[in-house]
Amino acid sequence: MSLILIAALPFLGALLPGLMIRSGRTACAWATASVTLTALIGLLVHAPAVMRGEVIQYQLEWMPLLGLNANFFLDGLGLLFAGLILGIGLLIIIYARFYLSRQDPMGQFYTYLLLFQGAMVGIVLSDNVLMLLIFWELTSLSSFLLIGYWKHLPEGRQGARMALAVTGMGGLALIGGMLILGNIVGSYDLTVILQNKELIQASPLYLPALILILLGCFTKSAQFPFHFWLPHAMAAPTPVSAYLHSATMVKAGLFLMARLWPVLAGTPEWFYIVATTGLITMVLGAVIALFKDDLKALLAFSTVSHLGLITMLLGFGTPFAAVVAVFHIINHATFKAALFMSAGIVDHETHTRDIKRLGGLRHLMPVTFTIVMVAGLSMAGIPLFNGFLSKEMMLDAATEAAWNGNHWLVPALATLGALFSVAYSFRLIVHTFLGPKRDDYPAKPHDPGFGMWAPPALLAVLVVLIGIMPALMVGPLVATASGAVIGGDLPYYSLKIWHGVNAALFMSIAAVVGGLVLLAMHRPLDAAWIRARRPEAKAIFDALMRAVTGAANALTDGLHNGAMTRYAAVFTLAVIAAGSAAWFGGTNPAPAREALAIGPVPLIGWILLMVATVCMVAYHRNRLLSLVLMGIVGLIVSVAFAYMSAPDLALTQISVEVVTIILLLLALNFLPKHSPVESSNARRFRDGTIAVLGGLAVGGLSLAMLLSDFSQESISAFHLANSKPGGGGTNVVNVILVDFRGFDTFGEIIVLGIAALVIFAMTESVLGSPVGAWLKQRPINPLEAGDRHPLMMVVATRVMMPIALMVGVFIFLRGHNEPGGGFIAGLIVAIALVMQYMASGFDWATARQRYPYHMIIALGVFAAAFTGIGSWFADRPFLTSNYGYFQIPPMGEFELATAMAFDVGVFLCVVGAVMLGLESLSRFAHRAGDRPSPYPMDIDPSRDLPQEAKDA
Amino acid sequence: MEYLLASAIGAMTAAGIYLLLRQRTFPVILGISMLTYAVNLFLFASGRIAINLPPVLLNKTPTYTDPLPQALVLTAIVISFGMTAVVVLMGLGAYLSARTDHVNLNEGQDDNAEAGK
Repeated sequence: MSLILIAALPFLGALLPGLMIRSGRTACAWATASVTLTALIGLLVHAPAVMRGEVIQYQLEWMPLLGLNANFFLDGLGLLFAGLILGIGLLIIIYARFYLSRQDPMGQFYTYLLLFQGAMVGIVLSDNVLMLLIFWELTSLSSFLLIGYWKHLPEGRQGARMALAVTGMGGLALIGGMLILGNIVGSYDLTVILQNKELIQASPLYLPALILILLGCFTKSAQFPFHFWLPHAMAAPTPVSAYLHSATMVKAGLFLMARLWPVLAGTPEWFYIVATTGLITMVLGAVIALFKDDLKALLAFSTVSHLGLITMLLGFGTPFAAVVAVFHIINHATFKAALFMSAGIVDHETHTRDIKRLGGLRHLMPVTFTIVMVAGLSMAGIPLFNGFLSKEMMLDAATEAAWNGNHWLVPALATLGALFSVAYSFRLIVHTFLGPKRDDYPAKPHDPGFGMWAPPALLAVLVVLIGIMPALMVGPLVATASGAVIGGDLPYYSLKIWHGVNAALFMSIAAVVGGLVLLAMHRPLDAAWIRARRPEAKAIFDALMRAVTGAANALTDGLHNGAMTRYAAVFTLAVIAAGSAAWFGGTNPAPAREALAIGPVPLIGWILLMVATVCMVAYHRNRLLSLVLMGIVGLIVSVAFAYMSAPDLALTQISVEVVTIILLLLALNFLPKHSPVESSNARRFRDGTIAVLGGLAVGGLSLAMLLSDFSQESISAFHLANSKPGGGGTNVVNVILVDFRGFDTFGEIIVLGIAALVIFAMTESVLGSPVGAWLKQRPINPLEAGDRHPLMMVVATRVMMPIALMVGVFIFLRGHNEPGGGFIAGLIVAIALVMQYMASGFDWATARQRYPYHMIIALGVFAAAFTGIGSWFADRPFLTSNYGYFQIPPMGEFELATAMAFDVGVFLCVVGAVMLGLESLSRFAHRAGDRPSPYPMDIDPSRDLPQEAKDA
Repeated sequence: MEYLLASAIGAMTAAGIYLLLRQRTFPVILGISMLTYAVNLFLFASGRIAINLPPVLLNKTPTYTDPLPQALVLTAIVISFGMTAVVVLMGLGAYLSARTDHVNLNEGQDDNAEAGK
């Protein structure tokens, strides 16, 4: 199976649980399990090749120029982790089937689980660093969903948030570190990065990159001082804890450290940061674990401790320690997942996880007891179980390590950690299962069904098998995986139980004896622990979060106080300042053009425009008047376009002007007709100053532009030269719109359509709210109740309708060669239609409007799109146009261009959008009780006259 | 001519900005419209002023006006209509729902801040 498929399968499979849950919980579980099983089989098919030392690769180029490729590779380390993720994932899926109760939404659970699984597999198989980062973030997100799965539990939600905050923050740091790493090497491919150890370690950016990457790893793998999120994540259902927090997600950080070990390890910085952090975490986690009464909290801190152990081993930077780390990853995954699942069983059966309320379960739950005993002894590092082997090797590796020249510190602390580890492991076994049977369990405990204990039992069997025959069971796997970590020859090591009498053996014995002593003294120690003042991580975290949120709120509220006018003023000033800085900071071209002479006509237009503009500001409180003045401004602008050789623009501007004014009038119908005097004089002076400044700046800029020459050759010459031969039209503006820049226009008509739909949707929501009900019942204003549909207007618009439509068609058809085109034609037709609405009323017109405007917009977009797609059939790029000349006697030769079909799309879209917008707005006017009038006008002589008069 | 066009653009910008800084939705919308005129004319002016030049290709004349800014401005005019329509409806919906057409969250807040100084 190709690697991309292995990584994609869980994601694709995540759709299944939601569908299968309808067929029952068992079917759902099987469907989920089959996805994971398929991926696992697909992975194992590659196992023999990987064991031979090959590296399986899969490459998919996406954006090679940016270094973004979907490259996957599978080597020993990837195989080990992917195997753990999929293998333990399979067991967890089976276990969860029996663990989750009927009230829990199981489909959701399995979907989250598969999403998580896919993200994890993606991390370990990624060859591209950027892709790895995406998968990394995905694990944070999916684990957030899983930890907060029990949404009704506040602990679950808080734990999920905390985990997301901590790991997400680490993820951000990791992105920075990985990008630096990729920059140093010049490639984002892991396989390339891994071959550039000297380059990376010699770089001055090595230390920042290392720190950032380690921040990502430490947060993910719950290393001190980021360890606190893991215990809080235990609010998750136990299958999640067993999967994410023992076997997989928390090991992602370890994986990354192991993955980058060949290029990052071996320096003093690496040793002191990684090994020290690991050592502290190991000891601290083990000490806290001993005093936890909650089974899962105990296991959580023990996990923290073991993760610290592995981190420390990786931090030593020696090949032997790396081998031990790999070996312990396997061992820890087996016994810890088994223990978590068993803790879940105990919780499930006795309804409590409090060790102080348990004890004596040995006879009540013999199967569970056996599993816990096997896995727990392994965790304690007792011979014949796999934990013993790796712990011996760890102690052996620790004796080699010198911390700042000090040879006894690391071994001593490692032994201390092991000692506490023995103590809490035995406490777990002894205080839960041994001792006298009690009669106050919250529920009557008994062993669960086969489905629930089979997964941990399988792991327990592995614990024993690896413990007795390590070389046979996992020898090759450890060798291949360690080979991938070290990236060179393997050091001498042997996986066996008896290494002879050496220092590690004595340390081990000391740890076991000391641990048992500690356990015997647990009661007084525990009392002392409870009395002691300990920093509470959650309180610190919460205080920190409160402080950060408070600061963010203060900043946001300070900047965003809700005063729109202030934002606008600040924004305008900022733009003026930036523009002025650019203007005065650069060199400006000297005026190179002679100003054209001022004729009388433009001067009159200018005076009109200036007067209208000034009046508009002066009388802006009278809204109707200011609207009229705005109409004047718009008209002058249209005329200016026409005067300055732009008839297309003039036509567009004037028709847009009409619909805009209609629109604003419609709105004004419901808005207050006057603006009150609110601003103080100082305020008005301030705004006036800003406005004058802005006007001067823009005016000055325009003048400078108008009087200077083009700094570069304009591309207009190309358009002029190719319009006729390439686009088949002599109206260059229209050819640019429908041909040269047809794709832009395509986007624009879509935007226009969306704007109309937005207006429609907003209208719907306003009219659907209580406001709509109020509007319907509002009293009739006597001023507006007069002759609403006057005879003269109705007749005039009826006569004008066909003429206007003819003009529209004419403007449209000539558009390719003469001024005109789809935009203008659309606006003219829209105006012709709006006139009917205005004359005879909304209800009357709507009743006669057969095609919904939504459909017209959609038709327009489709027409334009299909015209564009049509060129694919001629093996041309999207929207390549073609044209030809046809003879139709007796009309003579005329031209047909595909661009015309595109222009039809533009036309339809404009008509639909304008009409939908105006129609939506007019719906506000509808009152309850309004009935569509059967007559187009209020007074109709032919209707109102008596019958005799008509006959005569 | 250049001076007329530039001063007109400047005047409309100034009026637009002043209205934009008012505290009621309707003047703000008018201000945006005024700014739109100014911006469209400004874009158009980037092709420089051409008077009495043919906008379409004719065989007789060798010079033409610059078609590119015209094409850009043409779509800009249409799009700005769409934008105005959306803004108008937002203003209308806000007024009907909140029973005030004040643009600021807290009415007169800006003025109070001003008075406090």
